[in-house]
Amino acid sequence: MTTMTVNDAISAALAEEMQRDPTVMIFGEGVATKRRDLLERFGATRVRNTPLAEGIIAGTAAGAAATGLRPVVDLLFAPFLCYAMDEIVNSAGKLRYISGGQFSFPMVVLAMTGAGWGVGAQHNHNVESWFVHSPGLKIVMPSTPADFKGLMKSAIRDDNPVLVFADIALGYSAGEVPEEADAIPLGKAAVRREGRDVTLVSYAKTVGTCMAAADTLAGAGIDAEVIDLRSLKPLDEDAILRSVAKTGRLVVVHEASRLCGVGAEIAALVAEKAFASLRAPVLRLTGPDAPAPASFPLEQAFVPQADAIVAAVRSQMGG
Amino acid sequence: MSIHPLDPVQALERMMLIRAYEETLIDLHGRGRAAGTCTSVGQEAAAVGVVSALTADDLILTNHRSAGHLLARGADPGRMLAEVMGKRDGYCGGKSGSLHISAKDLGVVLTSTIVGGELALATGVGLSRRMLGKPGIVACFFGDGAATEGRFQESLNLAAVWTLPILYVCENNQWQAFVHRKETMLADGIAGHAAALGVESAVVDGNDPLAMFDAASAAIDSIRRTGKPFLLEAMTYRLRGHFEPDDQAYVDRTELSHWRDRDPILCLRTRLEREGRLDAEGIAAIESRVRATMEAATAFADASPYPGLDALTTDVYA
Repeated sequence: MTTMTVNDAISAALAEEMQRDPTVMIFGEGVATKRRDLLERFGATRVRNTPLAEGIIAGTAAGAAATGLRPVVDLLFAPFLCYAMDEIVNSAGKLRYISGGQFSFPMVVLAMTGAGWGVGAQHNHNVESWFVHSPGLKIVMPSTPADFKGLMKSAIRDDNPVLVFADIALGYSAGEVPEEADAIPLGKAAVRREGRDVTLVSYAKTVGTCMAAADTLAGAGIDAEVIDLRSLKPLDEDAILRSVAKTGRLVVVHEASRLCGVGAEIAALVAEKAFASLRAPVLRLTGPDAPAPASFPLEQAFVPQADAIVAAVRSQMGG
Repeated sequence: MSIHPLDPVQALERMMLIRAYEETLIDLHGRGRAAGTCTSVGQEAAAVGVVSALTADDLILTNHRSAGHLLARGADPGRMLAEVMGKRDGYCGGKSGSLHISAKDLGVVLTSTIVGGELALATGVGLSRRMLGKPGIVACFFGDGAATEGRFQESLNLAAVWTLPILYVCENNQWQAFVHRKETMLADGIAGHAAALGVESAVVDGNDPLAMFDAASAAIDSIRRTGKPFLLEAMTYRLRGHFEPDDQAYVDRTELSHWRDRDPILCLRTRLEREGRLDAEGIAAIESRVRATMEAATAFADASPYPGLDALTTDVYA
């Protein structure tokens, strides 16, 4: 086991995949400056700085992917993906289908998201469900350094466009990563904690919040199961349904706003396929339908907190 | 009479085939048998001139007026018609329609209907040529409408900075959907924009296939020699409307008439007749071959079945 941060885990995955496959390369706004180790090891043709122009970065990745490379692009902050929406959604996501399967788009788009740095709404916006809603794409949003490394490796090897969202607040968080860690398959959730009374489903930073809430609930004799989705598309429906069948209660927690968010999908999934198991209404704890504030206390209030999760579970348990 | 590397009689026949293909499509649409389409009528010379200067190693990205580029590349008109009619034997199994036909076997990576979309992807295709050490350049066709998009500037800039082997071909047809170019840009053309980005350029009579071939050949030589991108601006005109059917009620009649007199097929044919290289019999023979090709193409597309409904959700993921 090695202890490393999420940022280092991403770099480690990049280094291993670039070593393994000469068609893997990375470019983006400052990647050659910030990932100097990669630049020194793999050279300036495979690690490139770009202009601050997200559209052409993503488009270049799509064109390169269609014709033999496996590009990884760093678009910095998730809201910047607005500038790259056409290239990611209309090109990378659709052109395989439109071409009748003639071309594939093995590319990875990296972006930071979420509260924690007080960077304000134009740098902090959880936009993952936009892309979950777009065909042809896969979406990954891990919570631990080991998962970042393993899922990045899978994302790079995948023949489809994969978006990897890195929660800003997790960037410098450290965790154990097995030395021999290999690719973690996309579309497999992790059960972070086993429990019998309620299922807490989350992803990214709020997985930790759910774990804290589960500790508190355990003190009150309530046994919460915590599921970390890791991949939002493909979604591990079986893991969710299996857990709800066992516990009969579900709280979905994420920082993105509620309307048409991932939580809505999971609630609908459980209503369709596990309704008979439910002993209480499904609850969602999410960020508000508001742009993210810069002010630290407001930004923290934006994100679902452990005490709110505890209160939600208590209400489901009948007070 | 000097011998031109592009046989003008063959060029004329190819241009006439493109015209006949698009007229067939318009007719099929009028009879409710094919979806509407964006034609390249009036732009055949640029397509045939530039594509004839490419080699089999070169790749093509184009835009919604792509029939000329595809047919100039040797695409089968039957498979193209089948694609537009949503049939199984179309180049993309009927999933693309007329607006996004790609044909990997012909090196046509993309037909983009998002104006400027081809410019965004072209840099990546150029990058892969460079990184993988493959021969061949990338030809990217777009219009003056795309040249007023930010992606034009972004694409040329990155291609120049990274020295990517891209031949940018702006078919300046004076129209941006339903808006005349003069309403949206003050400059007379877009070649001047390239200079500011460090990209060499040339402006060519886009209605003369031989001039287009010569200019494209020189540009491709320059790209191979220097590794740097090059912009070719073809001054031409969109003789039909934006999207069929379109009555062109918004078009200035004098301007339209001026350009109709410069119809590239008419001009080349007149020139070849004047030079004694084609007579009425020769023209009749070409017309007859083109008609037979389109009749066979239509029969092929008609006979092709629609895709099975299971195709609805195939090819979404690799």
